Amino acid sequence: MKFVTAIIKPFKLDEVREALSAIGVTGLTVTEVKGFGRQKGHTELYRGAEYVVDFLPKVKIEVAIKAEMLERVIEAIEKAANTGKIGDGKIFVTGLEQVVRIRTGESGPDAL
Amino acid sequence: MKKLFASLGLMFALLSPSMGFAQDAAAPAEAVAVEAPVAAAPAEAPAAGAAAPVPVPDKGDTAWMMVSTLLVILMIVPGVALFYGGLVRAKNMLSVLTQVMAIFCLIAILWAVYGYSLAFGDGGSLNWMIGDLSKMFLAGITGDSTAATFTDGVVIPELSFVAFQLTFAAITTALIVGGLAERVKFSALMVFSVLWFTFAYLPMAHMVWATGGFLFEKGDLDFAGGTVVHINSGVAALMGALVLGKRVGYGRDAMPPHSLPFTMIGASLLWVGWFGFNAGSNLEATGGAALAFINTILATAAAGLAWMFAEWTLRGKPSMLGIASGVVAGLVAITPAAGLVGTMGAIVLGAVAGVVCLWGVTGLKKALGYDDSLDVFGIHGIGGIIGAIGTGIFVSPALGGVGVDGYSMGGQIVTQATGVLVTVVWSGVVSFTAFKLIDMTMGLRVSEEEEREGLDTASHGERAYTV
Repeated sequence: MKFVTAIIKPFKLDEVREALSAIGVTGLTVTEVKGFGRQKGHTELYRGAEYVVDFLPKVKIEVAIKAEMLERVIEAIEKAANTGKIGDGKIFVTGLEQVVRIRTGESGPDAL
Repeated sequence: MKKLFASLGLMFALLSPSMGFAQDAAAPAEAVAVEAPVAAAPAEAPAAGAAAPVPVPDKGDTAWMMVSTLLVILMIVPGVALFYGGLVRAKNMLSVLTQVMAIFCLIAILWAVYGYSLAFGDGGSLNWMIGDLSKMFLAGITGDSTAATFTDGVVIPELSFVAFQLTFAAITTALIVGGLAERVKFSALMVFSVLWFTFAYLPMAHMVWATGGFLFEKGDLDFAGGTVVHINSGVAALMGALVLGKRVGYGRDAMPPHSLPFTMIGASLLWVGWFGFNAGSNLEATGGAALAFINTILATAAAGLAWMFAEWTLRGKPSMLGIASGVVAGLVAITPAAGLVGTMGAIVLGAVAGVVCLWGVTGLKKALGYDDSLDVFGIHGIGGIIGAIGTGIFVSPALGGVGVDGYSMGGQIVTQATGVLVTVVWSGVVSFTAFKLIDMTMGLRVSEEEEREGLDTASHGERAYTV
């Protein structure tokens, strides 16, 4: 099992969700986050006071999948979230040791 | 708790000597008022008991004065409260709203207790500076009492004049909050409000607006309160910012306004209410009021545009806060001039104020390095000065103004500058002394810990927003 975390541009969320649904991903978790990478922030000016805003709003998607789906999931996210401009985000992949469905007590790949 | 009692004690100590005085003063005043419930206020009253019939207030004038009073109340709550509230951080939102509303309530009561009498009474040998206590507790003023207007033989109910002027005193004191925001101790602000209202607002109002007042007699033109309201409060806020010191993290931490939509609503309510403030200051529903009315639209619009375009040119983007600030700057600048200058003069005056006040909140503030949190001095102080001097220029009939007897531009500018100087010095000295006095006794500022936590929870035990 694999755990995929993707940081994407907020307005790409719906496209990414649709792309993942289309390849059979049945659930995901979304969080609104802020952060910085290569994309530069912007400055805000309030009367005389200038503030540099480094942390930009992004959306974090977390999805747990069977290992054999990994390539397709990465491809789906990569395609759907791509604008070609700096700041499109990143995809992180980690191994997933255990999953439990709380309602039934199922565990492992069956619980995905 | 102990501190609260201390501050209450100080307030009562301030009030009590004058309260004792009231018992002596109230009785004879009442007798006089019953005999001749005629005028007492600004201009010359027609001699009571003369052959001419006692003037009766016009219903239209009376209605207009009460509507104007309501409009000025709208400027305070919620106008200035929201304008300021939107500009602070979310953790201080309620503190600003509370401060403004509390000051309004406090000044309303003080106005009736002794403010009106001291501002518009006849102070005898001290009449150049202050009135007397004969109308303390509004003694002798009934529904039949009348106050003079700017037209001989035209009067309005004195109670409507009392109420109208009450709102001016309240908004002036409330404006100061902007210079102290996010760090002032609430109890200290209440005590300061009492001191400042008594020793700065009342004498200034008397000197500018009451018959026999120093600046009134000098021919200083201040239609609706450029000196009394705006320079007065702007200088007080500056003094407060200097005595208080900068907010924790000022210049290092980001302190952006937490809700510019609130600021936009507040600025808009200020604009709407300002028609009562300016056109109401005409005291009669006449063409003079109409002139003040349209000037309050035109100067304001010109200032909003001027600020916006200047900011756009200099900083690259036209901001919401910029145009809203420009609008307020224009309102401030047209205040002393409203019923005195022509419509085109108003546009020029507004446009100048828009640009100069932008400099006031950026260049000037940076150069002098004070933390006037919400730019009361930069907008009300500087805008008030522009307006006061500009009134002297644009009142000229050659420039479309209504003119005054024996007008010469140079002479009038000198008179206007005298008014500015007197206000700056008077307000500066009283404010600085009051702030210092409070700082040395009860403390003016909350602890650093409370400031970081935010005044909403630290001072008021509630928060504006729960998610």
